[in-house]
Amino acid sequence: MPNAPLLELENLSTHYVSAQGTRVVRAVDDVSLRIHAGETLGIVGESGSGKSTLALTIMRVLPPAARIVSGKMMFEGEDLLQKSDEEMQKVRGRRMAMILQDPMASLNPLFTIGNQVAEPIRVHEGAPRAAAWSRARELLRSVRIPSPETRVKQYPHEMSGGMRQRIVGAIGISCEPRLLIADEPTTSLDLTIQAQYLNLLRDLQRAHGLALIFITHNLGIVAKMCDQLAVMYAGRVVEQGPVSRIFSAPAHPYTKALLGSIPRMTDNREHLTAIEGQPPDLSSLPPGCAFAPRCPMAFARCRVEAPPEVAIDEGRTARCWLAVPGVEAEATAMRSNVA
Amino acid sequence: MKQYIITRIGYCLLSLFLLSLTIFFFVRVTGDPATLLVEPGASPDDIAAIHHQFGLDRPLLVQYGLFMVSVVTGDLGQSFYYRTPVLELYWSRLPYSVMLATAAMAFSLLLGIPSGILAAVRVGRFWDSAGKVFALLGLSLPSFWVGLVLILVFSVYLGWLPSSGAGTPLHLIMPAFALGWYFAASHMRLTRSSMLEVLGSEYVKLARLKGLPQALVISKHAFKNALIPVLTLAGINFVIMISVAVVVETVFAWPGVGRLLYEGIAFRDFPVVQGTVLMLGVMTVTVNMIVDILYAVIDPRIRLAS
Amino acid sequence: MSTSAEILTLPSRPPRFAFIRGLRLSGFPLIPTVILVGIAFVAVFANQLAPHNPEIGSLAARFKPPFWETGGSMKYLLGTDQLGRDVLSRLIFGARVSMVVGITAVLFAGVVGTTLGIISGYLGGWVDQLIMRLTDTWLALPALTFAIFLAAIVGPSMWNIVIILGITYWTRYARVIRGEVLSLKEREFVRLAIVAGCSKWTIMRRHILPNVINSAVVLGTLMLGVVIITEATLSFLGIGVPPPQPAWGLMLSDGKQSLMVGRWWLTIFPGCAIMLMVLSANILGDWLRVKLDPQLRQL
Repeated sequence: MPNAPLLELENLSTHYVSAQGTRVVRAVDDVSLRIHAGETLGIVGESGSGKSTLALTIMRVLPPAARIVSGKMMFEGEDLLQKSDEEMQKVRGRRMAMILQDPMASLNPLFTIGNQVAEPIRVHEGAPRAAAWSRARELLRSVRIPSPETRVKQYPHEMSGGMRQRIVGAIGISCEPRLLIADEPTTSLDLTIQAQYLNLLRDLQRAHGLALIFITHNLGIVAKMCDQLAVMYAGRVVEQGPVSRIFSAPAHPYTKALLGSIPRMTDNREHLTAIEGQPPDLSSLPPGCAFAPRCPMAFARCRVEAPPEVAIDEGRTARCWLAVPGVEAEATAMRSNVA
Repeated sequence: MKQYIITRIGYCLLSLFLLSLTIFFFVRVTGDPATLLVEPGASPDDIAAIHHQFGLDRPLLVQYGLFMVSVVTGDLGQSFYYRTPVLELYWSRLPYSVMLATAAMAFSLLLGIPSGILAAVRVGRFWDSAGKVFALLGLSLPSFWVGLVLILVFSVYLGWLPSSGAGTPLHLIMPAFALGWYFAASHMRLTRSSMLEVLGSEYVKLARLKGLPQALVISKHAFKNALIPVLTLAGINFVIMISVAVVVETVFAWPGVGRLLYEGIAFRDFPVVQGTVLMLGVMTVTVNMIVDILYAVIDPRIRLAS
Repeated sequence: MSTSAEILTLPSRPPRFAFIRGLRLSGFPLIPTVILVGIAFVAVFANQLAPHNPEIGSLAARFKPPFWETGGSMKYLLGTDQLGRDVLSRLIFGARVSMVVGITAVLFAGVVGTTLGIISGYLGGWVDQLIMRLTDTWLALPALTFAIFLAAIVGPSMWNIVIILGITYWTRYARVIRGEVLSLKEREFVRLAIVAGCSKWTIMRRHILPNVINSAVVLGTLMLGVVIITEATLSFLGIGVPPPQPAWGLMLSDGKQSLMVGRWWLTIFPGCAIMLMVLSANILGDWLRVKLDPQLRQL
């Protein structure tokens, strides 16, 4: 895309430091990403890969133990890291919004739905109560909640899970943000409702011209919803690029393993393939590539030196030594020597 | 909701029954209850009369029946010292205890809740540490000693406040402070931990993500939720305050139910002791039930549950 | 950028008797422990340390103030009370009373409460229901009222007080220990023991008990403060440790008579003694509780 990205992250790192300063967890490590207006970027990874921390870093709503140690976050041309907390407050909910995973927990049980949906409108736009509540009813209608007039006066626990998640979505788009981050929004929903919800998100995106960052561990959803994909492992982005190209020709061994582990109806295999080994402990990462202990293609250099992000194609990168031209030959040579 | 209320009442009745059983049991288990139920310096004839009146030579079950009948009809015996029915004495003293407990409770909440919130919001920093020290002192100092020191400072040395009796609001200040001090610390601790828990919740996270100013997040989203356990505790503590006020009332000669209990002990007036303890227990159990029910009013989750 | 950091790992579950290991961890409250040990020392060696007989005074030396005030003397360092008894000596012997009553009552309540908690939690069924109903009833009355009631019935004596305090406070132990036992019951090592054919009593004694000792000890230190205050309250009201034995609460009661004429030393010193002991116990208990986290936070 020729136009400038809406959000651009450069070498972003967020670490959690324990109270005594003795344990450092590199939750987000040297992440560079970009997303353009109207685009959908999927972020995929196992639990503990740092995707949620990345989302919270972008919104700058991190717990006290976390520190953004380096990098830049450019949103609509402004560096978010340079902003004071008061300035960020005006950005959050208004220009960027986020949806959390568990809708039951994210809605305050003591306040009505109407109150919670109208709230950002009143705070960010200074709208009077009547106007904000009328907007709230509109929003509920736009997320396809039936009879919003009655729903608006009800409490979160009176709704079903699917409805609650749509309400959270309504809150997210209430002030017409340019960017919406959805952190595993369908994980806690029934399968039958998931599809409906995803369709809703797609429609909302088109109607409002949103850029959408979709965090998930489900590659099927990525295939359906996303234009671009970033794969995360141990806090680092190991591969990114257009979804269709990554799916047809994954460059990083981890991506390959992820795609290979999805069972297909046409498979004749008897065994399910899982990725061997355990996810790494983020407080004591091995030197070199974080995936090396589990990687079937790893060779000596992988264990010693961490690979940089290498451009494979236009708009595609991978963090792997095998992607570096010339290295592949070296690796094959080493392996055949050993064999 | 109705179901909830009915279960609460059921538990209440069960507890009252067990309470009466406990009191009955302990009076009889430690030797001849006649020695307690009779005035000091009574003759053997008097003792025999007591035996007859309370049926002490009859089977325990019958005794318990007699006991329960008298309790339920409001006959808690008569005070040796005052020569009036115990229940009457109790009711005449109760308003003073309620007054004291209300003042002490107000003090403990006005001091405890804001300091708890401050400690939670400034966790790990100065106000949190100051709060911890305050809590520790509050929970470690006996209330009657606080009262004695207050008398020393404000009555003896400064002469500002009266040291005993009840009559003017000035009389209320020191006893309320002495009584409320411990509870202020307890409420502060609970507010702090409740607030910390709420501040770490998902809905507070979402509130911040919505871009709400920090002040609004705390005062609207965090505050009400954090307050629920504190108010529950405060409700239960109110009756406890009335009960443990016995020492503060003694120190300040405050004419409440606690002082009545003390008089019962000092004058070996056992009907007063038994009756007061029974009534305090009844009050505790009943108020606990009411608090449970009120809880449903604050929290819509319980209110609307079918 | 990122620092390579030394990793401090703690065992995921505190092993048996972890509270001993806890002493070596950072943040150990030295001063409170020293104070408690000091009070214990004073209690044990009261006879050697006290300058005068705490129970007999000379009427000629009534109401002497502490030595730094006019009228005071070095003979009676902290002054004398209404019977001419030396305040310092009474404080020292009072430490013995507080320590003995406090520790014994806590042990009594602890043993009874822990045992019943284990039985109740492990056996379940009607035994559990019965014991729980009992504790609920006990808890319906505030501890102080209950203790006053019992003391009024049996009359004052030091050992009566110990028993009364034990009876009043065992319920705190029972509830907490029962909760722990309920979760312990589901653990692997208990299931293995059952499969291996161990009798219920053996399991409770050899497998459950050592694992709840941590909580019992923490609860014990926290209860010590409460018990001491209750004992002082009872003595103050005249139904605790009886005169002429010196109990700090009793000293406060005596001191109250002459408070209005400004004899402050009879009130301040015993109160400070109580405060020091309770404060130290509470700080130590709090620290222990934090160190043996997470199961014990709810204490």
